[in-house]
Amino acid sequence: MKYLPLIWSNLRRKRVRTTFTLLSILVAFLLFGYLAAVSNAFDIGVKISGVDRLVMTHKISIILPLPLSYQDRIEQVPGVVDVANATWFGGVYQDPKNFFAQMAVDPERYLRLYPEFLIPEAQKKAWFADRTGAICGRYLADRFHWKIGDRIPITAPWQQKNGSNSWEFTLDGIYDGATPSTDVTQFLFHWKYLDESRIRRNGMVGWYIIRIAHPDQAPQIAAKLDALFANSDNETKTSTEKAFMQGFAKQVGNIGAIITAILTVVFFIIMIVAGNTMMQSVRERVTELAVLKTVGFSNGLILALVLCESLVLAVVGGALGMGLAWLLISRGDPTGGALPIFYMPGESAVLGVAFIFLLGAAAGVLPALQAMRLRVVQALRRA
Amino acid sequence: MAEATISQPQEATAAGQPSGALVRVRDVHKVYTRGSQRIDVLQGVNLDVPRGDFLALMGPSGSGKTTLLNLLAGLDRPSGGMVEIGGERIDSMGEGELARWRSRHVGFVFQLYNLLPALTAERNVELPLLLAPLSSSERKRHVDAALAVVGLSDRGKHYPRQLSGGQEQRVAIARAIVGDPTLLLCDEPTGDLDRKSEEEILDLLQALNRSHGKTIVMVTHNAHAAACARRTVYLNKGQLQSEAMQ
Repeated sequence: MKYLPLIWSNLRRKRVRTTFTLLSILVAFLLFGYLAAVSNAFDIGVKISGVDRLVMTHKISIILPLPLSYQDRIEQVPGVVDVANATWFGGVYQDPKNFFAQMAVDPERYLRLYPEFLIPEAQKKAWFADRTGAICGRYLADRFHWKIGDRIPITAPWQQKNGSNSWEFTLDGIYDGATPSTDVTQFLFHWKYLDESRIRRNGMVGWYIIRIAHPDQAPQIAAKLDALFANSDNETKTSTEKAFMQGFAKQVGNIGAIITAILTVVFFIIMIVAGNTMMQSVRERVTELAVLKTVGFSNGLILALVLCESLVLAVVGGALGMGLAWLLISRGDPTGGALPIFYMPGESAVLGVAFIFLLGAAAGVLPALQAMRLRVVQALRRA
Repeated sequence: MAEATISQPQEATAAGQPSGALVRVRDVHKVYTRGSQRIDVLQGVNLDVPRGDFLALMGPSGSGKTTLLNLLAGLDRPSGGMVEIGGERIDSMGEGELARWRSRHVGFVFQLYNLLPALTAERNVELPLLLAPLSSSERKRHVDAALAVVGLSDRGKHYPRQLSGGQEQRVAIARAIVGDPTLLLCDEPTGDLDRKSEEEILDLLQALNRSHGKTIVMVTHNAHAAACARRTVYLNKGQLQSEAMQ
């Protein structure tokens, strides 16, 4: 602590240069924090996928349906604990831009498969008993200011027997997530309501979600399940939920790799900028460093002081950048719905802190070594 | 001008006179090489500086005065010979040991003051104390005392750019004495000052020597400055030539 005024005074010496260096570090960590949230939002499906859940889709494409009759046969397979199904609805609420995930499900089975959806018991019971009832995640309810009992019209590609494409639901419950990464953007309603009202694809479901007893047996069970329906009209493809979500995410592109590439370039440039600042700072202070050595500062202490300067620069700039990123992220999804789960994951924050110290050390190590190796007599002679 | 009696240290003979050899330099050589050229800067120098002495070291440019001063400060190593200060052989010390030794035993005053421009006068004076196990309040007490000795108690909060050359040099002297070093080494301390400031600095050095008992070795080109010392030795072409007592 007693050396802090010395370190601080050196940083204040060229205020404009220090400010610009701080700003460049700030921007780098602002980008890091913000892009970490974006990347997380894209990867969230993969991250939250259960290790004990398999997903069975049509072998040809996920958009092709599977018979409901498969459900009983799936349950008979050894190692399978529970099965639920879901069907993509694909509607919009009031306006085409109000698009979100709506799924027709068997309510009891679906909530058994996804215990991370937390919903009060009374709301759950009300939904189970209400054929046109629906529940939605907290994010969705907040976004559209829905409350329990609201009638929610959804326009979907599915035509009803009365010729209408407008489906109406009663909101019976709002679920919360067990963790910040739980998907609280879904709108769930009774598959029976869909199946009884639609004019085609009756008796068919979109895909199955299967809970297995032992995650390490997932490949064998998946193979058994697919073998069960081989050579049928509707052959299946079963994979772990993680693999399924990864495949889904890859359709958008490898966002994580793109972001990593951008950040690598940014950090490399910032390291050069900060390193150059420190190098210049040491070059300008050759005489002063020699004076410090003359009064008894050891080589190790000089090395530590210059490294500390670099670390202070990185910590101040980095902390401001990460703080600003956190502020912006806390304002929520910047796309107005495309990235509903938008937050900076804990591991990214920890990584950010590690990068701050790494940047400080990397930018400071060469100037610090140069300062440490400075020969007092030569430095004073140059002065 | 008397013949140099360099190898015969002066012992205390009367009150106020130097007593006991603090600095012992024996057969010191310093050789620099510039490319293939060999430069013998010091050639077998012998010198004793008694405790409480004020020695002026004179000689033409390139005679090796500053090199000898740097050797006494432990800033450079001799190519041969022995440098002993306060009974310790500093020529055989490692870098870390030398740094610790300097922080305890040497105060250095430069011609160009060499204050850190980003620090106030009191922060500059405090620098050597950062290396000592002292609390903040203890350091402040020492700094205040040193600034009082050099007559700059009211300039502690000033930055070097806000001080005159003479005041800067007095702050530099305060920095040199704040840790109560055994030996005060001054490299042309009045070389960059006007006449009035030069007088002030020389008076201050004399007071430090006479009233505070500081042992001082001062390199100077200035005969007037040298006259303020107790004795003067002359270096020429790397060898001590003669000694004069004041």
